[in-house]
Amino acid sequence: MLASDGAAIPMAGGTDLLVHWPVHVEAHERTYVDLSPLDPLKPLRWTADELLLGGLTTYWDVIRDARAGEEFPLLVDAARQVGAIQIQARGTWAGNIVNASPAADGVPVLMAYDAVVVLESRRGREEVPLDRFYSGYKQMQRRPDQLVVGIRIPRRRYAYQVFEKIGARRAQAIAKVGLAVTRSGAGWRVVAASVAPTIRRCPAVERLLETGAAPEGPDDLLPTIAQDVAPIDDIRSSAHYRTRVMARVLYHDLRDFWGQRA
Amino acid sequence: MKRREALAKLTGRERYVDDLPLEGFLWGMTVRSPAPRGRVTAIRFGKDVDWSQFVVVDHRDIPGPNVVALIEQDQPVLAAGYVRHVHEPVLLLAHASREAVRRAVRSVEVAVAPESPALDFRVPPAPDQIQYGSDNVIKHLKIEKGEVERALAGAPVVVSGTYETGAQEHVYLETQGMIAYLEGDVLVVKGSMQCPYYVLKALQHALAREEPLVRVIQTPTGGGFGGKEEFPSHIALHAALLALKGGRPVKLIYDRGEDMAATTKRHPALVRHRTGLTRDGRLVAQDIEVVIDGGAYVTLSPVVLSRAIIHAAGPYACDHVRITGRAMFTNAVPFGAFRGFGAPQSQFAGERHMDVIAGTLGIDPVELRRVNLLRDGQTTATGQVVRDGTDRLAVMERALELSRYREKQREHAAFNATHATLRRGSGLATFYHGAGFTGGGEVALKSRLRVAGSPDGGVEVLSANIEMGQGTLTVFTELAAARLGLAPEDVTIAEADTGRVPNSGPTVASRTTMIVGGLVERAADDLRRRVGLDDSARGAAVKRAIGQWHREHPGEPLFGEAAYEAPPGITWDDKTYRGDAYGAFAWAAYVAEVEVDLRTCSTRVIDFVAVQEVGKVLNPTLATGQVQGGVVQGIGWALMEECKWRDGAMANNQLTNYLIPTSDDVPSVRVAFLENPYPHGAGGAKGLGELPIDGPAPAILNAVARATGVDPRAIPLTPERLMELLD
Amino acid sequence: MEISLTLNGSPVSLTINPGDRLLDTLRYQLALTGTKEGCGEGECGACTVYLDGLPVNSCLIPTYQVRGHRVETVESLDPGALEPFERCGATQCGACTPGVVMTAWWIRQHPELLGTHSIRELMAGNLCRCTGYDGIVDSVAEALRGTGGKRET
Repeated sequence: MLASDGAAIPMAGGTDLLVHWPVHVEAHERTYVDLSPLDPLKPLRWTADELLLGGLTTYWDVIRDARAGEEFPLLVDAARQVGAIQIQARGTWAGNIVNASPAADGVPVLMAYDAVVVLESRRGREEVPLDRFYSGYKQMQRRPDQLVVGIRIPRRRYAYQVFEKIGARRAQAIAKVGLAVTRSGAGWRVVAASVAPTIRRCPAVERLLETGAAPEGPDDLLPTIAQDVAPIDDIRSSAHYRTRVMARVLYHDLRDFWGQRA
Repeated sequence: MKRREALAKLTGRERYVDDLPLEGFLWGMTVRSPAPRGRVTAIRFGKDVDWSQFVVVDHRDIPGPNVVALIEQDQPVLAAGYVRHVHEPVLLLAHASREAVRRAVRSVEVAVAPESPALDFRVPPAPDQIQYGSDNVIKHLKIEKGEVERALAGAPVVVSGTYETGAQEHVYLETQGMIAYLEGDVLVVKGSMQCPYYVLKALQHALAREEPLVRVIQTPTGGGFGGKEEFPSHIALHAALLALKGGRPVKLIYDRGEDMAATTKRHPALVRHRTGLTRDGRLVAQDIEVVIDGGAYVTLSPVVLSRAIIHAAGPYACDHVRITGRAMFTNAVPFGAFRGFGAPQSQFAGERHMDVIAGTLGIDPVELRRVNLLRDGQTTATGQVVRDGTDRLAVMERALELSRYREKQREHAAFNATHATLRRGSGLATFYHGAGFTGGGEVALKSRLRVAGSPDGGVEVLSANIEMGQGTLTVFTELAAARLGLAPEDVTIAEADTGRVPNSGPTVASRTTMIVGGLVERAADDLRRRVGLDDSARGAAVKRAIGQWHREHPGEPLFGEAAYEAPPGITWDDKTYRGDAYGAFAWAAYVAEVEVDLRTCSTRVIDFVAVQEVGKVLNPTLATGQVQGGVVQGIGWALMEECKWRDGAMANNQLTNYLIPTSDDVPSVRVAFLENPYPHGAGGAKGLGELPIDGPAPAILNAVARATGVDPRAIPLTPERLMELLD
Repeated sequence: MEISLTLNGSPVSLTINPGDRLLDTLRYQLALTGTKEGCGEGECGACTVYLDGLPVNSCLIPTYQVRGHRVETVESLDPGALEPFERCGATQCGACTPGVVMTAWWIRQHPELLGTHSIRELMAGNLCRCTGYDGIVDSVAEALRGTGGKRET
C-alpha cells in the first residue's frame, strides 16, 4: 500500500496520531496502515555488537530489559520520562523517530548512542544514521514507501552519559529543553532537543569538549551554543529560557570534564 | 463512616451524564464567535452540508428573554447580532451523529465586523473600548475602618507592594455536559452541576416555563470547584432549546478543549498594598486596592470582589484599614466562581506582602504574624469582633512544629551554602476563610430542607445540595443517622431533583456541611416531633414510630422541614460593608518547603504541612482529602498553571499545555486539625472546602524567596519567570 | 469491519468502523461506561484499560488494533478487592477513579516494579483534581501490603 499509494500513513502505537482524534475530523479522511500485526517487528534483539530495536519496540519493552538498563541507561531514563506508563506501553521508538517532533524524547538518546535507522521498502533496505536523518522541521530521509523496521545501536563502553529532560513538570511533560550527552572511544556526542527545528547534534559544543575548553560559567557557553541551536519562543517556553537552561545544564553536568582534552 | 458511594465510583458503576442510556437522542454542539468584539454581519452555512438534517437554533428560537438569569440580566443565551468575547455562543446544532455535528460546526462561518476589544484589565480602557458604564467598572466596593490616610502619614514605616495572580482553569476530570428531553409536557434537564435551582431559574426565565413544566436533576458530578456553579445554566439552556426545537432528546457534552477555552475561570487579580507599621512590626494602617478581571459579562464578579476585599487584610488586627475593590469589564471569556472565590487572590497578595514587610523591617516572618494575628476581642477590617475562642497562635505553632520550621531553617542554610545548583527554603502563610454567604446572603437564600420518613421506618434527606466529591452524601447520612440514632443503611439521600427536593441553596461557599448540614439536623428533629416523639428518642423507637405513622396515614407523605435561621447577633450592613461578614471563620497556617534548581529555575515542593482549625472534623478521611486536594490545586496555581491568552481566550486549552500537578509533582500533604466546635454549625463544624486553596501559593512563594533571595510578586511563578528574577 | 477479541475474559465479535477509538467502542457501542473520557489526548488516564495486560489510554487506540488481543476494563475488577481504596480515600468525585483503579491494580499485580519505580511515578499518568493524590498513593500502598511488595511512596 505504501509503495503504490504514498499517501498512506503508517500507524504503530497511535500515541501521536490519535491525539484529539474526534475533534480532528479532517484526519478521518486519510488512509492509515496498521502496523500492529507485524509481530516480528516488536521484540528487541541483542547481538555481539549491537542492540537492535524493532520497528514496533515500545518504551516499556526497553524499560523491562535488564541489559538495556545496564548498557544503555539513557534509553531507560528517556523511556521513563515519556508521558507515563500508559504511553510507555504503547509508544514506539520508531514512531518517535518518524513523528519527527523537535521535542521528542526517544530521539536524543538514540542519537547520542549513534543509532542507525533501518528502512525497508519494495526497493530494498536502506540504513541512515539518525544524526543525518532529519533535514528540516518534520522533514526526514524517509520516502513515503519506506517503513522503519529497526534501529541499530552499537554496543560500546561509555565513560560518561547523561540525559536531561527539562519540562514544566516531572511526568507527562513535553520537553522545553532535552539534552543527551555521551562520551566513549568514538568521542563526545551532545544532542539537543526543543531548541531547533530538528533534534540535532551540537558539533560546536562537542568540539569545545574535545579540545579541552574551560568555561568559567554557563554564560561562557552561550556563543558556542548559538552556533549549534536556534530556539524559539512558543506556547511552552521562550528562547531566552531555553538557551540559558541548556548552557547551565551543560556547564554543571559536565563540570568534571571541562578543561580536559579528549 | 466510609464514603457512601465509594464502591460505585471505584468500580465504574457510578453513572455520570455521558454514561446514561438515552433513546433516540441527538448530539448537540455550539457554534461560537471567532472574534472578541463586534457586530455579527453574517452567518454563512457551508454548501457541503445538508442542513435539513440538522436542528439549528439561534437567538430567535428563545421563547422568553434572551438572558441567562444571574445577578445582572446582561448575558445572552445566544448572541443576537453582537458578540463580546471569543467563543461566545451564537448558534446551536444537533444531529444523531456526533461526527456529523462536529463537521457541521466547522462549516458554519460567523462573520464579525471587529471593534476594539478591551483586553487588559490592569490598564484604563481607551475611549472606544468602553462597554460597561462610563469606565468599564462592573462593580466598586469599599471597606473602611478608622482613618487610614492619617494613620499612614503617622506610621514610622510604610511598606508598599503590588501583587498579581493569574487565571486558573478548573480541570474537573468530567467535562461539562447536559441532557434535555421532554417527558410529556415536562422539560427535564439532567447533568453535571453544583446548583440545580440556579439552572432551574435560568430555564424558567429564558424559556418562559414554570414548574412543574420544567424540572432539573443533578447527575453524579465529576468535580466542580465552582466551575459548575453558574456555567451549567448555559449548557442546560442550549440543550433544552435544541430538544424543544428538534422534538428529540439532546445530549450536549463539551470536549476538553472546548471546556477549557469557553467556560469560566478564576478571576485574574492585581492587588496593591500600602502598609503602615511600627518598627517592631505592629500593623498601624492597611490601604489595599483589589482589581479583578471580570471578562465580558457580569456573572458573579461582584460577589467574588466582595469576598476578595473582605479577606484582603488577612487574619490580623489593625485599627485603620481601607480596602477598595474594582471588578473590570474586558472582552475576555467571562471569569467565574472557583474555589476560594476571591479570597485566594487577595490572600496571596496579603501573605506575600507580610514576608516582604518582614524582610524590609528585618523581622522574622513568624514574629511578624505573632504580633499581629487576631486575638479574641479584636476586630476584622469590617469591624467584626472575633470571639470564637480559637487560639490562632496555637494553629501557627502547630504548623511550625510539624514542619520543623526552625530546624529546617538551619538545615537549609547549611545546604544552600554548599550545594552547587540547588537551594531550599521554607515559607509560611497564615490565613482564614469565612464560610457561608456573606453578611445577609444566607438569610436571602431562604434555604429549606426536608427529611422524609419512609414506610419501612427509614428516612430520606431531600436537599438541593449535591455531591461532587467533597462528601455531601456521606456527611448528610452521618448527620441524619447520628441525630436520629439510625444506622447509615436506614438513611437515603434523594437525587437532587427540583421536582422533589426543596431549595436548600447552592453547593458553594463552603456551606454544605456547616449550614445545610444544620438544616438536616433540624429537619430530622422536626420529623421526630411529627411522629409524636421528643428529641431524646433514638434508633428503633424512631423507626417504629415512622412506620406506625405510615400505617395510620396510608398514602400520605411524611416529612420534617427546616428553614435557615441566622445565628443570633449577626449584623451586617451591605451599604457600608461593615459588621459581621460571616458567622464563622476557619483559621489556618501552612508551611511549604521548596527546592529550587538554579540550572532550570524550576521549583519543587518537597514538603507541605497544612494545619487548620475548622470547628469540628465530622469525617477525618473526607476532611483530610479536602485539604490535600485544595493544597495541590494551590500548588498548581502557584507554580505551573498558566493561562496563555489570545484575544482574551485561552490559547493553551489542552492538558498537554495547561499543566496541573501529577502525583509525581507533589509531596505527601501532611494535615492536622485543631478543633473548637462552632455552636451554629452542624456537629460543630465550620466550612472547610475552600480554606485550603487560600494558603499554598503565598507559602510557596515565601519559601522560594527564602531559598533564593529573590522577591517574586506574581503567580504562576513559572521557571521562566523565576529565571528573570534570578538573573 | 468485523473484529474478534477477548474482552474481560470472554471472546467477543464486533462490527466497527475503522475510525473508531477503543474508548468510544467500549462506552457507546458496548455500554461499558466505567471507562471515562477526560481529555482525548492521552494526558489524564481516565480512559485507562489493559491491553494484553498493560495499562494503556483507550482514547489513543483505534479499535481495530485490538483484534486478536486481550482487553480488560474496570468492569473486570473484583469489587471485593477494592476495599483498601475505599478505606484510604482514593476517590472523591470519581471521574478519574476507574482509570486510577486500573493503573493501581496493575501495580498491585506487579509489586516487583517498586524495585525500580515509586508509586507516584507509576501513577503519574492518572490525573486527579480532587484528592491531591495522597488518598490514591496510600490506597496503592495498602493494597500492596500482603503481596510482599515494598511500601515505598
